[in-house]
Amino acid sequence: MAYLKKSPWIIHYDASSCNGCDIEILACLTPMYDVERFGIVNTGNPKHADIFVVTGTVNEQNREIILNIYNQMPNPKAVVAVGICATSAGVFRECYNVAGGIDMLIPVDVYVPGCAARPESIIDGIVTAWGILEEKRKTMNTAPAAADAAAEPGPVVQEPAGGAQ
Amino acid sequence: MEIVQLLLFLILFPLIPAVFMLLVGKDTERNWIVKLSALGIGAVLVYLLVTGSNKGTLYYAIGSEPIGLVMFAIEMAIAVFILYMGLRYRNSLVVALIVLQTMIMIAFEAMYAGKVEVQYNLFIDQFSIIMALIIGIIGSLICVYALGYMKHFHEHHPSCLDRRNQFFCILFVFIAAMFGLVFSNNIVWVYFFWEITTLSSFLLIGYTKTDEAIANSFTALWMNLIGGVAFSVAILSLATLGGGMMGLDQLLASGKVIALIPAALIGFAGLTKAAQLPFSSWLVGAMVAPTPVSALLHSSTMVKAGVYIIVRLAPIFQGTFSGYALAFVGAITFLLASGIAISQTNAKRVLAYSTIANLGLVVACAGIGTYEAIWAAILLIIFHAISKSLLFMAVGTAEHHIFSRDIENMHGLINRMPRVAAMMVIGIAGMFLAPFGMLISKWVAIRAFIDAPLGFVFVIILAFGSAITVFFWAKWMGKIISVTPDSENIEGKVDRSEWMTLVSLAGLSIITTFIFPLISTFLVEPFLLRNYGATAQLGQYNIIIMIMMLILLVVLPLSVLLPHKKHKHVMPYMGGRQTTPDMRFSGSLGIRRQMELSNYYLENIFGEKKLKPLGTYLCAAIIVIMLAGAFATGAFL
Amino acid sequence: MISIVWAIVFILLAPVAGGLVAGIDRRITARMQGRYGPPILQPFYDVGKLFEKEHIVVNETQIFYVICYFIFMVFTGALFFSGADLLLTIFSLTLAQIFLVLGAYVTYSPYSHIGAERELIQIMAYEPMVILAAVGMFVVTKSFNVSDIASSTIPVVLFIPGIFLGFLYVLTIKLRKSPFDISTSHHAHQEIVKGITTEFSGPSLGLIEVAHWYETIFLLGFVYLFFGFNPVLAIIAITVVYLLEILIDNTNARVKWQLALKSSWAIAATFGVVNLGVLYLTGV
Repeated sequence: MAYLKKSPWIIHYDASSCNGCDIEILACLTPMYDVERFGIVNTGNPKHADIFVVTGTVNEQNREIILNIYNQMPNPKAVVAVGICATSAGVFRECYNVAGGIDMLIPVDVYVPGCAARPESIIDGIVTAWGILEEKRKTMNTAPAAADAAAEPGPVVQEPAGGAQ
Repeated sequence: MEIVQLLLFLILFPLIPAVFMLLVGKDTERNWIVKLSALGIGAVLVYLLVTGSNKGTLYYAIGSEPIGLVMFAIEMAIAVFILYMGLRYRNSLVVALIVLQTMIMIAFEAMYAGKVEVQYNLFIDQFSIIMALIIGIIGSLICVYALGYMKHFHEHHPSCLDRRNQFFCILFVFIAAMFGLVFSNNIVWVYFFWEITTLSSFLLIGYTKTDEAIANSFTALWMNLIGGVAFSVAILSLATLGGGMMGLDQLLASGKVIALIPAALIGFAGLTKAAQLPFSSWLVGAMVAPTPVSALLHSSTMVKAGVYIIVRLAPIFQGTFSGYALAFVGAITFLLASGIAISQTNAKRVLAYSTIANLGLVVACAGIGTYEAIWAAILLIIFHAISKSLLFMAVGTAEHHIFSRDIENMHGLINRMPRVAAMMVIGIAGMFLAPFGMLISKWVAIRAFIDAPLGFVFVIILAFGSAITVFFWAKWMGKIISVTPDSENIEGKVDRSEWMTLVSLAGLSIITTFIFPLISTFLVEPFLLRNYGATAQLGQYNIIIMIMMLILLVVLPLSVLLPHKKHKHVMPYMGGRQTTPDMRFSGSLGIRRQMELSNYYLENIFGEKKLKPLGTYLCAAIIVIMLAGAFATGAFL
Repeated sequence: MISIVWAIVFILLAPVAGGLVAGIDRRITARMQGRYGPPILQPFYDVGKLFEKEHIVVNETQIFYVICYFIFMVFTGALFFSGADLLLTIFSLTLAQIFLVLGAYVTYSPYSHIGAERELIQIMAYEPMVILAAVGMFVVTKSFNVSDIASSTIPVVLFIPGIFLGFLYVLTIKLRKSPFDISTSHHAHQEIVKGITTEFSGPSLGLIEVAHWYETIFLLGFVYLFFGFNPVLAIIAITVVYLLEILIDNTNARVKWQLALKSSWAIAATFGVVNLGVLYLTGV
């Protein structure tokens, strides 16, 4: 049964974003876009969530938080990086206090570019993530160990990154 | 054996180990004597239960002339001792009260003692048997527990002089006095045993001889002496009324109006002994004593003597103004003491206030005095005794391992001391969860209140009170069972005698719930039928449902033993903060902090400072009204 | 007197009905907010998904408590619909609720812990009124048995209108509706994350959801008892009551626990005393 597609619950984390993308994500919840039509609920709790929606860039302050939230989500789970900062760090890429896009830390499944990303494209990104969730569920059931190993971030990223200083 | 011999045996037998306790030198000797005596008392009680429970009420005439003199002599000796203690510690209140009380008793003895006719001095009925079982079984178990506990107690408190010989001696005297109290039909005898319990509790509370212990023992003493004065006035008034009512049976048969004044006075004495507001502080203060003392005072002796005598006199109170006033004192005590229990972090204080509250409910039932209410009252006495003694002793054992009696320090006890924690959980569940005894009793009390005239007020008070009860028990239970990071097992070796008592009581608390219908049918209902001409019962379906619930509750925890697949473990959600396994995280500005969880105590709503003065004034006023009502009724009618 | 059939019907159909009620609730809520809203069957999709997810835990014992919560919630409803003693049913409900609270306590998580404490405050807030409702029904119908109350021809609600209003007030707490959704909520309330359910994921959370459905049907059944004399009217009343709850949910901001506790108690005390007092004085 493919209930995942019908009930994707998200957790939204603002990784030091400028709030531009965050406002657009909240716009998705408003009557104008109403993502609850698709069963999407903003849970605010990693343990209930299926899709991790991140805005902003990775830095030393939020590195462990992103990792913790990701690790505390039950499988199958997907990550949607919203906005150009989350996808590649955008114009902040070379800043002294920015480590990079979200994918340097955790595996990102869907990239939603834009500055700020439009609600339509955010919704499109989340809808794309459904399919990925469904695939992950299948692999999770057949080879749970392998899925776990693939989903867990490697030890490299957990160490304090010296390069960012 | 004749049943009367059994009664005499129960009253006198504990005095033998009491004397031996003074003489023994070695722990092993003491252990053997206490365990054998406990076994002896238990065996006799079982025999009494088997032979006596179906015989209805039996009265026994025992030659009262020489015994009466001996009792009077002992009373005078007690008075002299209390007078000496009062003078030595310069407590003028105690001195004044004991002098007053003694003068009243001397006056009674000089003027009326010869004229008082009591045909039967001893008696036994199902209620006495129930009380005897509570006193004998739980009391002896507490003595056994005390063997191990007091040994550790003195290891932990080297500054406290080891006076265990006296300690155990007083415990047995206490139990003997309680047996005497519940088997006496002669009110002068009841008074005699009553005074012995006052003295015993005074000595036990002051056992450690610290300043606090001495102060609290004197609080207990003067509050109980007030009750004692009231009791002696009651005896005097009974004597002046012609002397034909000095037996409980005669008093109950005499008709309400005449009996109301002495009954109200004895009821007042009962309130002091049962630590009802405004006399609650002695019981709360009594927790400075070693745990077995608290367990004894709270469950099987002392406070139970207070409610016992009130329940005995309930037919006199039923439907009278004073009866309602008495019930109100109980109901208000129930409500406010439950509330105060929420605000307490000290486990023993929570237990103390919960005891006061539950006794309040018993008093409320007795004040209402209908057969259903008495049914509820007796059930409350039984189940409260079991669960509360279990809880006190579990807390006592835990205290010797975690060095604290604060609930906040009991977090994760389920991992740190799994077996003791399990006992504690059973005790707490027994106090407030369906289908355990206390909840059945409250349920029965609701039904009793509804059927009584003006009962709806009591129903409302009970509804609020029981909701409060749920709060403070559940949060304590949550504290114990939470799985905390520092969950190293520190249980080590729990002393065998302590462990034996805990397991027996936990077993009792489950078994009595299972056989509750039998207890009701064979012990409580015959008593009600005889004294009230009617009896209450639970419907058959309800009993089946409750047994189903109990079976579920017993079976479900066993499911943990079933093989199950391991789940992925993650840390609790900490807002994404990196947290170490022992729950340390870096807070703002990078300061390392320890995550600590504390329960709600709602000081601003349920604080002791807020509720206790309220209860004290309210209940004191109602007690005055109760006595005034009794005197008015007695004088005019 | 006790009808096993009704109990079985409840056990089988209550999740269906409860899930539908939840779905309709979400749809109506969306419409009230000017949104389109999820499909009516959305709650079933949610629960279906939760059972497909991985079961992660903080410690193994928390699963035990959730299972106990579920079993006793079903047991409570089954008792109620089989026509058993109403007070016993209420005590069984408390037992179930305590298991959920304990499940939250065992995780030793800050958000669960606050949720558990608040849940206990909620229990303390609603319990007196619920007991008084049962007592009121007893006074009117002379029976505590649900079967007798439900089939009574006496218009119960006309005798205990005050108690009915008081019950509606605490029903908001029981249904976890704003302004009394202080221990957990279906909506995002970031300050306590998800409160009591924070540490439950996947199948555990699914079980809690299904238990909520059972509870909803039980509570609506409780409302039925006020109108048992006329089943048609009762169904209408239940509908109106639930719509009213949705309206309250959407028009009120969450209150602090102090206000939740004090106001529920004030209402229980006032309406309870006045209503029972009047019944007593008029000698019903």
